[in-house]
Amino acid sequence: MKQIAVLGMPNTGKSTLFNRLTGFNRLTGANAKIGNWPGITVELMMAHLQLGEERAELVDLPGIYDLRGFSEDESVVRRFLEHTPLHLVLIILNMTQIDRQLSLALQVKNLHLPGVLLLNMADEAAKFGVDVDVKVIAEHLGMPVIPISAKYGQGFETAYRTISNALKQQEEPRLVNAIEKCLVPEQQLADAMSSLVRDAVHIKARVKENWTTRLDRILLHPVFGLPIFFGIMFLLFQGVYALGTPLQDKLGNLLDWFRSVALEPLLGGLPSFLKGFLLDGIYNGVGTVASFVPVIFLFFLFMAIVEDSGYLSRSAFLMDALMARLGLDGRSFVMSLMGFGCNVPAIMGTRVMRSPGLRMLTMLVIPFSLCSARLNVFLFMITALFTPRTAPVVLFSLYLFSFVAAILTAALFKGRFPNKEPFVLELPPYRFPTIKHMIVSSWCQAKKFLLWSRRFIILGVVAIWALNNLPPNVPPASPQTLSGMIGQLTQPVLAPLGINPQLAVALIFGFVAKEIVLGGLAVIYGKAEGSDLMGAIAHQIDWVQAYSFMLFTLLYVPCLSTVAVLKSESKSWKFALLSVAWSVGLAWVASFIFYQGARALGF
Amino acid sequence: MSTTDLTSLEPGQTATIVKLRAEVGLHQRLHALGFRPGQQVLMLRRAWLNGPLHVRLGTTEVMLRCQEAKGVYTAKAEQ
Ligand SMILES: Nc1nc2c(ncn2[C@@H]2O[C@H](COP(=O)(O)OP(=O)(O)OP(=O)(O)O)[C@@H](O)[C@H]2O)c(=O)[nH]1
Repeated sequence: MKQIAVLGMPNTGKSTLFNRLTGFNRLTGANAKIGNWPGITVELMMAHLQLGEERAELVDLPGIYDLRGFSEDESVVRRFLEHTPLHLVLIILNMTQIDRQLSLALQVKNLHLPGVLLLNMADEAAKFGVDVDVKVIAEHLGMPVIPISAKYGQGFETAYRTISNALKQQEEPRLVNAIEKCLVPEQQLADAMSSLVRDAVHIKARVKENWTTRLDRILLHPVFGLPIFFGIMFLLFQGVYALGTPLQDKLGNLLDWFRSVALEPLLGGLPSFLKGFLLDGIYNGVGTVASFVPVIFLFFLFMAIVEDSGYLSRSAFLMDALMARLGLDGRSFVMSLMGFGCNVPAIMGTRVMRSPGLRMLTMLVIPFSLCSARLNVFLFMITALFTPRTAPVVLFSLYLFSFVAAILTAALFKGRFPNKEPFVLELPPYRFPTIKHMIVSSWCQAKKFLLWSRRFIILGVVAIWALNNLPPNVPPASPQTLSGMIGQLTQPVLAPLGINPQLAVALIFGFVAKEIVLGGLAVIYGKAEGSDLMGAIAHQIDWVQAYSFMLFTLLYVPCLSTVAVLKSESKSWKFALLSVAWSVGLAWVASFIFYQGARALGF
Repeated sequence: MSTTDLTSLEPGQTATIVKLRAEVGLHQRLHALGFRPGQQVLMLRRAWLNGPLHVRLGTTEVMLRCQEAKGVYTAKAEQ
């Protein structure tokens, strides 16, 4: 099979192109996989591609500016090219910015690799008055040059035909031996580029006024910019919550219904212990994960819209001044904000940061964002123990604590994770997201979430079930079960916080996922969820205990999934443990001060 | 014509880049984004609290911190 690599500068539409070339294969996962490559530690996305009678393997390389560059991604690409024989390099550049991006194509030419140059975003280039003489460039580079629009599909037939032809002509794969030796010095490259640009590129009178400049004048306004931004974000989370929760309930009901009409009769003959394990353990575990899909999907959908429109990079501009003082930058803020939906994708999003210090510090801060799962627990407890008049204030105070904890963490740890990363970011023009693209990309993300969260949540639910039902000859969830004993064991540490054995067990469950806290309380108090449970809890604890419990829930480890991504993203158990230890420590201290303080004041 | 750095431009002003002075990684990044001697640069706006700058080079818009902008030497066009 022939090998094709896709090479381009960041943000030129490589992912969009890759998706279009490989169709929905990536969505169904039938044809695409993540491969490991010789000499490279990172994983690259690849897919199979049918081009006429030719079958080829397409590898998506990280976006880079310069083959001689010093960044991690740039050395990955170099090592890839030096280790993988290729039949074709697809170079993709942003046609609007061809006057500065041609250098990458010139470098590929210097490597003597067979190439095809795709000038993407031809639709935008026309609007910006950028006119390119394709023939001149093709002649100079010695490779075919095709203007396309990966987003709207223009030019794709020609592109397919050209790629197939180029592949047909290339029987033997080519390998570059010493990249550094083939490349010319920066000045020489710059000169070659400017002379080629002079011959082939005509930029009509510079655009002074367009959609982007007009929108920026409002959205990046020195005074109104930030309030507008917070307003938009507020609406976004409201939207996810308002649309997602009913869907989640419906899905939950559907799963319950399936359980009662199909599974229970079917498994009726099994011993009750085994039946309990299958239904209360495994099935409910799967159900918990599945019912979160609508919220996660919506969250990614809205985030994809904000990101694709170009607004997300603007928010980095708005917030950078404040974040710089905390040792972070504008992007850290964007990620923390995403964390209010769910911490997990937010932590994965820190991949865009190159400096390890900055990335680690951001990852340490994100878990303090009050995510939607925690919000569920708080809404429940607040309704049970506070009057309707005080309830909003209590909730607001928890959001406030969430911010304070994040700021405190950054301020305390910025010395340990120094960040000297220069912050230079391209601000793309505003773009209209296309519906298909939005749905495809958010579904891919939601699927990724499902794939790995499955392991943890199911495992957690099963473990909790076991703790509540073992040993088998005592009443479930009673003090004689394992969970009851564990609850007792925690008392020396948790009693000073006003957290009784029952609440303690719920907290331990919450380590797996906050969604389980409520279910856990229901099992422990032996009540169905809802008003019964509220009554039972309100009977047992007072508001000071409840608030202390909520503070602890807010601050300690969000969930096992978060710990798992912290580990996988930082590639360091030590870092994941630091995050766990710091957040649990902070939770304990904060709850201790609150509880003892409130009691001392006579509450 | 007087040579200053990018941070001294007021919003709406245009200048020509004279030279870059930055550590090699940043130099390369700036160069790749279009900061090159001879290139015209337009200051679009500055963020509040001494935050980042928003500039346009040709068809590319870039934000960068003052810290980084200090390494971009420019000559103001006579207005
Ligand atoms: N107008 C226009 N926009 C496009 C086109 N192709 C991609 N885009 C948009 O450009 C942005 C970047 O596209 P991506 O496919 O994420 O680019 P990428 O090169 O994979 O970016 P990174 O992976 O972040 O380096 C997205 O907002 C796309 O919707 C195009 O042909 N025309």
